Amino acid sequence: MLDNLNLLALAPLLNIQLLLDGIFIGAIFALAGYGLALVWGVMNVKNLCQGEYVIMGGYFAWYAGTIGIHPILAMPVAVVVMFGFGWVIYRVIISRVVDKDMFTSLLATFGLAIVIQQGLNLAFGPEVQIAQSGLETRSFFDGAVTVSEIRFVSFVICCVLASLIVLFMKNSRMGQAIRATAQDARAARVMGIDTDRVYAFTYALNCAICAAAGVLISMIWVIQPFYGLTHSIRSFVIVTAAGFGNLPGVILAAFGIGVAEQFGGFILGAELQQATVVGILLLVLIWRQALMSRRRQALA
Amino acid sequence: MVISNRFVLAAVAAVAAIAAPSIAFAAPCGTITLGSAISFTGKYSTNGIHAKNGYDIAVKRVNEMGGVKIGGKCYNLAVKYYDDESTPARTAQLLERLIKQDGIKYMLGPYSSATTKAAAPVIEKYKIPMVEAEGASRSLFNKGYKYLFCVISTSEQYLASSIALAAEIAKKMGKKPGDVKVAMAFENDPFSLDVRAGVIDDIKKHGLKIVIDDKLPRDLSDMSATLTKVRALKPDLLLISGHSKGAATAGRQIAEMKIDTPMIALTHCEAAKIVKKYGGAVNGFLCPTQWAETLSYKGKYFGTAAEYDKLFKATYDGYKNVPYQAAQASAAVLVWKEGFEAAGSLDTEKVRDALAATKMQTFYGNIKFSKAGNNIAKPMVLRQIQDGKFNVVAPAKWASHKVVYPRMAK
Repeated sequence: MLDNLNLLALAPLLNIQLLLDGIFIGAIFALAGYGLALVWGVMNVKNLCQGEYVIMGGYFAWYAGTIGIHPILAMPVAVVVMFGFGWVIYRVIISRVVDKDMFTSLLATFGLAIVIQQGLNLAFGPEVQIAQSGLETRSFFDGAVTVSEIRFVSFVICCVLASLIVLFMKNSRMGQAIRATAQDARAARVMGIDTDRVYAFTYALNCAICAAAGVLISMIWVIQPFYGLTHSIRSFVIVTAAGFGNLPGVILAAFGIGVAEQFGGFILGAELQQATVVGILLLVLIWRQALMSRRRQALA
Repeated sequence: MVISNRFVLAAVAAVAAIAAPSIAFAAPCGTITLGSAISFTGKYSTNGIHAKNGYDIAVKRVNEMGGVKIGGKCYNLAVKYYDDESTPARTAQLLERLIKQDGIKYMLGPYSSATTKAAAPVIEKYKIPMVEAEGASRSLFNKGYKYLFCVISTSEQYLASSIALAAEIAKKMGKKPGDVKVAMAFENDPFSLDVRAGVIDDIKKHGLKIVIDDKLPRDLSDMSATLTKVRALKPDLLLISGHSKGAATAGRQIAEMKIDTPMIALTHCEAAKIVKKYGGAVNGFLCPTQWAETLSYKGKYFGTAAEYDKLFKATYDGYKNVPYQAAQASAAVLVWKEGFEAAGSLDTEKVRDALAATKMQTFYGNIKFSKAGNNIAKPMVLRQIQDGKFNVVAPAKWASHKVVYPRMAK
C-alpha cells in the first residue's frame, strides 16, 4: 500500500489519469444516483433494483451492436422502452407498496431485482457482454495519460441529460407536480395534483434515466445479468451522501465516488475498490451523525 | 359387445405373448446409469450445457461401440441429470437425491470447482465414486478424498507455463531472471487463487520479481486502476485470472489504455470470446487451455482430437469451436467405461479401485490419476492469439507455432 502511495508521489501524472477516469465514470454514476434520489425523495421507495435497470439499459446497447447498429443509437429506444417498462412496473407492483412501510418496498424491489436478473440470464445467457463504441483512445504526456474518446463522449451525454432533467423539473407542469409531491404529497393532492400519476411518472422516469446510464456503461465497462448490485450500491451511497432534492450534491457525490473508487483501487488494490465506496458511506454517516448531535445539543 | 371385448383382450394377450421374447432379444444389454447434478440454469449454464453435450456424445459413442462389457454381459450407459441451478448447496442436495432416491451408484461431476467442492463430501459419505471433468481447484485434491477422480489438469497449472516461457525468453535475450518483472491480477475466488499459488511457486523457482500483486473483486467490471499501475511499473509479464469477466474486462481496458506489456497471459480467453469482441487488440495474448483440437492426442473411441472436434460439430448445432469443457466431459465417460471393464464388476469398491488404477490414452490426452485423484499425465497447453487464431506455443513438445515476443497489438 505504501509502495503505491509512493508511486503516486513519484509519478504525479498517475493522479491525473485516476482523476480523469474517476470523473468520467462518476458522471454516469450521477445519472443512476439522481434517478434513485427522485424515487426515494418523491415516493419514499428505496429502489433496490436500480442497478438492474442500468444493466437492462446496457443490454439494449449490446443488442444494437450485435445487429450492426451503433450502440449509442440504442439510447433513445432504451429510454422510451424502459420508461414504459417503469410505468408498467409501477402499476403492477410499486403502486401496491408505495404507501406501506419501508421494508415492504425494500422487499418488493429486492424481489424484482432477482426476477430481472434471472430474466436477463434466461434471455441473454450468463456471459459477460460489451458494446463496442468503435472510438479511439487519445494519449497525452507521452502516453502516460490516456483518455478513451467514449468516456469523454459519455461524459458530455451525461451533462446534456442532466441539464435536460433540470430544465424539465423546473419548467414543465409535470416537473413542478413532482416537486410539489416530494414536498408534501397530501397538500399536493389537496391542490388537485394526481399524485398516483406523479408517482408512476417519477418511477418511469427513473427507469429511463437508468437505461441511459446503462447504455453508456456497456460501452465503457462490461455488463452481465448479475452485475446490477454494484450499481445499486453506488446509487444508494450517492443518495445517502447527497440527500434527495439536491442535484448539485448528487453530481458532486457521484464524482467523489468515481474518483475515490479509482484511487482506492490503485492504492488498496482492485479488490477493495468497491469497499472504498462503502467505507466512504460509513464516514459520511458518522460525520452527519456528529453534526446532527451537535445541532441537537444546541437546540436543547 | 362383451364378446368383442373378450376377443380384443385375447388378441392383445396373444400379440404380447409373441412379442415379449422378441423384445427381450432386441435389448440384450443391461443399463448402467450414471448420475450428474449439473448446471442447466444460472451463471454456469453455458458451460454446464457444454459439459452435458460432452457426456452425451461419449455415452452415445460407447453404446454404439457395443457398450460396456462386464463378465460376458453387455451394458449400455445412460445418464440421469438434475439441474443444480449453478448453486453448490443444490448440487449437494441433488447428489443425495440421486444416491438415496434414485439409487445411482456411479457419478459424473457437476460444472465448476465450487459445485464440485460441494459434491465431494456427499460422495465420500456414501462411498460412491465420481469421475469429474469440470472442477480444477487444487483444494479438491488435498483433502484425502478417495472417491473423487478428475481428468483435467488442476488449476495451479493454468498459468504456470507462462512463467517458464518468460524465463526462457529472458535468458535468450541475455537478461537475468531477477530483472524480469511480473504483474499479477487475480480474482479472489478459489479457482484464481489456485492459479496464483501455482504461478507463485514457479516465480520462486525461476527467480523472477513480482511488482504488482492485485486481487480482483468477484463482480469485476473495471480494472483501470490496476492497469494504471501496470503502465507505471512496466512489467515484462502481466498475468490475469478472473473467469470470463476478468478476460473480457482486461481485453477491453488493455486495448483502451494502450498497455504495451510485451507478454500478457490470461485465463478464459475463449469463454470470454475476446477475439470476437476485440479483434486485433488482443493479438499476442497467451491463453492456457486444457485441450485443443490441434493437439496430436489420439485414443480408441473418438480417434484423434481433430476427429472428435469434427464429430462434435456434426452432432451439435451452433458450435464454431468445440469448448474444452465438452471434450473433457467426454473423457470422463470414457474413464468410466474402462473402469467398469477393468473392475469386471459393478461393485462400487471394485470399480473405485479400477478407476484409481486407470492408465489410458484418449483424444483428450493421457489419463492417469495421482493418489489424490487428479490427472497427472496431461499437461496444460499455452496458446497464443496470432492473427485471430489460437496457436499452441508451449510446452515445446506439443507446440505448433513459435511464441511471438514482444506481442504486437493490431
